[in-house]
Amino acid sequence: MRPSMMKIFDNLRDQNILDLEHAKRDNKKVVGMYCAYSPQELALAAGAIPVSLCGTKNEPVAAAEKVLPRNLCPLIKSSFGFAITDTCPYFRFSDFLVADTTCDGKKKMFEILSSIKPMHVLHLPQGTDRPGALGWWLEEIRVLKDKLEENLGATIDEDGLRAAIKLTNRERQVMRKLHEMNRLDPAPLSGVDLLTATWLRSFSVDKAEGIELVEQLIEEIQEIAEKGLSPFRPGTPRILLTGCPVGSGSEKVLKLVEECGGSVVCLENCSGIKTQVYLIDEDESKDPLEAIAERYLQIPCSCMSPNPGRLELISKLIDEYRVDGVVDLTWQACHTYNVEAELVRQLIKDKFGLPYIQLETDYSTSDVEQLKTRVAAFIEMMDRS
Amino acid sequence: MITVGIDVGSITTKAVLLNGTTWQSLLLPTGCSPRDAGKSVFEQILDRASLSPADVDCVVGTGYGRISLPFIDKAITEITCHARGALHLVNGTDMVIDIGGQDSKVIMIDEQGRVINFAMNDKCAAGTGRFLQVMAAVLGADVSDLADLARGAEPVQISSMCTVFAESEVVSLLAQGVSKERIISGIHRSVAGRVASMAGRLGRGRRITFTGGVARNGGVREFLARELGQEVTVAPEPQMAGAIGAALLARDRCKH
Repeated sequence: MRPSMMKIFDNLRDQNILDLEHAKRDNKKVVGMYCAYSPQELALAAGAIPVSLCGTKNEPVAAAEKVLPRNLCPLIKSSFGFAITDTCPYFRFSDFLVADTTCDGKKKMFEILSSIKPMHVLHLPQGTDRPGALGWWLEEIRVLKDKLEENLGATIDEDGLRAAIKLTNRERQVMRKLHEMNRLDPAPLSGVDLLTATWLRSFSVDKAEGIELVEQLIEEIQEIAEKGLSPFRPGTPRILLTGCPVGSGSEKVLKLVEECGGSVVCLENCSGIKTQVYLIDEDESKDPLEAIAERYLQIPCSCMSPNPGRLELISKLIDEYRVDGVVDLTWQACHTYNVEAELVRQLIKDKFGLPYIQLETDYSTSDVEQLKTRVAAFIEMMDRS
Repeated sequence: MITVGIDVGSITTKAVLLNGTTWQSLLLPTGCSPRDAGKSVFEQILDRASLSPADVDCVVGTGYGRISLPFIDKAITEITCHARGALHLVNGTDMVIDIGGQDSKVIMIDEQGRVINFAMNDKCAAGTGRFLQVMAAVLGADVSDLADLARGAEPVQISSMCTVFAESEVVSLLAQGVSKERIISGIHRSVAGRVASMAGRLGRGRRITFTGGVARNGGVREFLARELGQEVTVAPEPQMAGAIGAALLARDRCKH
């Protein structure tokens, strides 16, 4: 059974766009951010609204391919396509863009994109295991602060940062709690609904309102779970989805897994729990920028080398969510996740002895039938009925 | 107990009727309607056995057209069915190589014929029966004669994996005066090489069983064995492996 609250989340996108339009009319500034490494607290402390511009739809890909190589990841093409066709309201509303040097494809794409709107690109360290990594990153966050102040005509002070940290930490905790509802067996929430409910956090004008909505949803799920209800029958294979980001419009593999008889209990990717597990240190004696830098650098993305945090997180999630199998999604031409898949495969096989499948695909529907056979066969491997 | 497995492939549709321990099989071209092909293969096999649908305890559909069959009790993927069928056909199988009309797959299985791991070709037709069909057409040969035509010939290098590019490569080799025999042998090696590299990613099998329509081609089998450095056993009635697996899985379902 589907929580009735989900209807509100289904319609939230249109509501968010309206809210944003009103906020713009009231002279609110909007900061478009491309990646989970971009600290939204700085935008919030500047009195602006942070929104995610990570492209998750197939529509603008064709336009992007007129400029970018075809053999590039669909996420980059989608993000770029939205910008050059001006078909994403969030891009249009953005006064300033923040991006990060994550993968090679993205950082070079940002060079082209920066001619469309004012943009700042944060330089990430290549990994986190060097003594200078955090210092470097903190310096980058300080540069971002100056850039935001200059471009938004605002001041970012310590009080503003501390308030923003408290707010985003609350959001992380509530998202984590929502996710953790699916530790129950059978899971009370489908993976598709879990994505819908968590995805919209990146677009809400008023974060406190968004948090409250998710809290209400959690309450409803608790009631449903107490009655022993679930969209899945007992024994449905419990799947952990890891790999590249998945969002509204690029949930095709997530949907396929559930259509083929699986239950996606946990999303490890950066649209899922990866970015919610680490909180920012709220210690008042600490420089808030330093606390922000520390927390964001913990995100275990495959663009980091080495990236042991992802394997540790996956291991933890497999135990906590009692996972039966792991689906590793790689967007076509995403070299870092594609190569790292070998390390994930080894971990799943050697440490857990669980079924593992890596699926490489793009945002289009051209390969859905082939994928369906593979996904269905994968689920059949675990079928306990 | 009577069960039926229906395997609707891209080129042929197969039915296996399992009655106790004896089984009979039927193969028809799929044509343009997988649904009609599945229906007629089901009707015909029942007809031959003088049975009606009501006599059948369970029907499992497989193959790419499995979804379009309204009369089946359950659809199971060809990967799971081939695994089960191959073990039944060749005792001790732990690796199945299946090359069908539009896809090729390698499946690692346990002693019960359950899938442990598998790999499948991506979107394109490289290393499939379709690849052989297209090449046979260019050479004016029938696909089932390819192995005889190539026997013993030194393979020429076919460097394109893509069916369309390989077709033009073959045309230019013919223009250069390279013999048909050497070209066909080269085509066999190309298909085998593609599938062997997929198998290599999964590990090593102790007993490799070759199923699917292409398993009837001795040339591909020979190159597969050479590439893998191991014996490759062709399943008896290799095209039936999926339908047999489906009929066996239907029997398992009934027992529950």
